[in-house]
Amino acid sequence: MNKNLFEYTLRLGDTSLILSQRLSEWCGHGPMLEEDIALTNIALDLLGQAKAFLSYAGDIENKERGEDDLAFHRDANQFRNLLLTEQPNVDFGFTIIRQLFVSTWQQYLYSELTHSTDKNISALAIKSLKEVNYHLRFASDWTLRLGDGTEESHQRVQNAVNELWNYTGDLFEIDQVDKELLKHGIAADMKKVEESWNKHIKQVLNDATLSIPEINNFMRTGSRKGVHTEHIGFILAEMQFLPRAYPDAKW
Amino acid sequence: MVNDSLKEQSSLESSEVFQLLYAIPDPEVPVITIGELGVLRNVEMINGRIVIYITPTYSGFPAMFAIESEIITILKENNISDFKVKTVHFPAWTTDWLTDAAKKKLSDYGIAPPEHSSQIKHLRPDEVSLKCPFCQSDETHLTSWFGSTACKALYYCDNCRQPFEHFKCHH
Repeated sequence: MNKNLFEYTLRLGDTSLILSQRLSEWCGHGPMLEEDIALTNIALDLLGQAKAFLSYAGDIENKERGEDDLAFHRDANQFRNLLLTEQPNVDFGFTIIRQLFVSTWQQYLYSELTHSTDKNISALAIKSLKEVNYHLRFASDWTLRLGDGTEESHQRVQNAVNELWNYTGDLFEIDQVDKELLKHGIAADMKKVEESWNKHIKQVLNDATLSIPEINNFMRTGSRKGVHTEHIGFILAEMQFLPRAYPDAKW
Repeated sequence: MVNDSLKEQSSLESSEVFQLLYAIPDPEVPVITIGELGVLRNVEMINGRIVIYITPTYSGFPAMFAIESEIITILKENNISDFKVKTVHFPAWTTDWLTDAAKKKLSDYGIAPPEHSSQIKHLRPDEVSLKCPFCQSDETHLTSWFGSTACKALYYCDNCRQPFEHFKCHH
């Protein structure tokens, strides 16, 4: 098995899976019916992407673990999702800023991966990118509306930017897995992704009258090694309860 | 025994199987079929085994399981026992695969059909001017990019005051 490719595919799948799980918490609680539907639609797209990537990871690993085994029978330190994705929803504005950061990252990452020499990765990137286009427009438009809205909405999304900024370094951290796969044209060049991400985020935040906190802030990283914030345990407890309590349960 | 099971295997050609499965209604928008929608991609005969290729519309297309079950039911009804249903992700699904007949059916059903991707500059649904499928008025506006299924957006007709759905152009 190609361990690096397995690891890389897990990272893509887990990031979509955990963000999907977070967004699903909004189901029935959205501020308006349309936005409730929007958030759960995005969650559904991400779940589909996670299923495809994790299924592929299972094939690479070749130990008869399917996407469900990987989603429901791994512990926190085996998850490779971005730290941003496990941060709580807090309020609608906070959820939007988290989405803006992750969707922008996915937009440029998948754009790069459409050229991956791994045919499965490139096929899933092409497919996912079409959906991320929508997510990013949704998040960008709402950032503008809330940032340049009322005093209260502005303050709330500014707080979200300030708090979530510390997790954005994690988006671009690279390790041996990335370096090895980049040599073979499989992985994305994260320097390019970072450059495009910074440009887009600066533009959107600027248009929304929001400011970026001091750049040399402390960055919390660790997702590549499975070092998480405390939130992951609570997410898994809820997400994995049923398959763990009733391992043979059939739908 | 081997001979018996061979006799039981249907003698349908792959193109006939394709036609048979083409007519399965989409579980979410039953007015069009999985063939017209572009979910059914191909049927091949490989070493005596029928292989069916299907592709999801959006990644999270929840009807894939239902469609696969329906395919299996129909194959068994036609005495086909040696088969495999494969999900493929490439080429990625696009609304450009929808046939004109399917678009007409959608419109008659009350869903404004997608335009061909070559007809519009941007995929933003709020930049697409749509005709109301009920009164044909151009006086419509977008209420949400997301609707009851991943492939639809919500619109409102300012003329006949009827909310309606739009099958988004996906390319």
